[in-house]
Amino acid sequence: MSTALKPGTKAPDFSLPSTPDQQVSLSEFKGRNVILVFYPADWSPVCGDQLAVYNELAEVFEGYNASLIGISCDGVWCHNAFSHDRKYHMPLLSDFEPKGATARAYGVYREKDGHSERAIFVIDTEGVIRWSYVSPMGINPGADGILKALESLTSKAA
Amino acid sequence: MEDESPSLAVPVNAQDHIQGLESAPVTLVEYGDYECPHCAAAYPIIKAVQKKSGSKLRFVFRNFPLSYMHPFAQLAAEAAEAAGAQGKFWEMHDAIYENQESLGEEMIEELAQKLKLNINRFNGDINTHKFKEHVRKDFLGGAKSGVNGTPSLFINGERFDESLDEDTLVAFIRQQSLA
Repeated sequence: MSTALKPGTKAPDFSLPSTPDQQVSLSEFKGRNVILVFYPADWSPVCGDQLAVYNELAEVFEGYNASLIGISCDGVWCHNAFSHDRKYHMPLLSDFEPKGATARAYGVYREKDGHSERAIFVIDTEGVIRWSYVSPMGINPGADGILKALESLTSKAA
Repeated sequence: MEDESPSLAVPVNAQDHIQGLESAPVTLVEYGDYECPHCAAAYPIIKAVQKKSGSKLRFVFRNFPLSYMHPFAQLAAEAAEAAGAQGKFWEMHDAIYENQESLGEEMIEELAQKLKLNINRFNGDINTHKFKEHVRKDFLGGAKSGVNGTPSLFINGERFDESLDEDTLVAFIRQQSLA
């Protein structure tokens, strides 16, 4: 049974480094929808594909007033190299110290593996989780669930 | 919502490139990227599966170019569509995968000549990005369907998450054709 935070829960705030000299906080995104993507590690082929698909969808997400943020326990220099290699545009946050603290706050840390689940949270403009999903390890979630969640969010708002 | 397995959001339609009979009991839809090495590896496998499955299988190819990773993927997709406008979609599709290592503007031009396309029309379609919107539509339909990388396969509408090898695919298709 997944311990991931459920829809209707206030999304825990966090402030994590995205580069060696930049921090990103969830609270900065108030007024925008946020797609928070936890993934186990940089460089594993599955996340590579998953994030590559999201990378191509930046414009579509923008149409839903949504920003996508990736989070793993890798360090900032690792994120830096990974992001550069794959030409990613979304910020990748480093949940590195204390290790996995943000993943724990969202209920998606895998204690025995030392990394997070492959999990997605769609958070609304008020900072409330509206959709959450934990993917089976090794199966790469596409964007279908995210797009459906954003569609239902924006149609309710309209 | 969490338990729904990803399924094809856009049914096979007249805009699609289709091989095989409409009456085939099994339809395989591939979302592919012409510059993706995994797609090139899947190309001969799908050909072999088509041969083995015969009239049981209908095959559809849709575009899913990951352009940030693959700088020529969008060009290749538009080129195949432009060739399709001259009745040679599959010839271009096959030729690109068979020569993927040299994919680039020059190679596309050479293939267009080799396929005896009307070059003026072909270049015009490429330069004006006549098929950009078609490719984009394919991409969005794929994203909504749960495409999670390339190649992504859908068999009778359901995403195929098993190993992409000839034996597994042939067995799966045979099973589906009996269902």
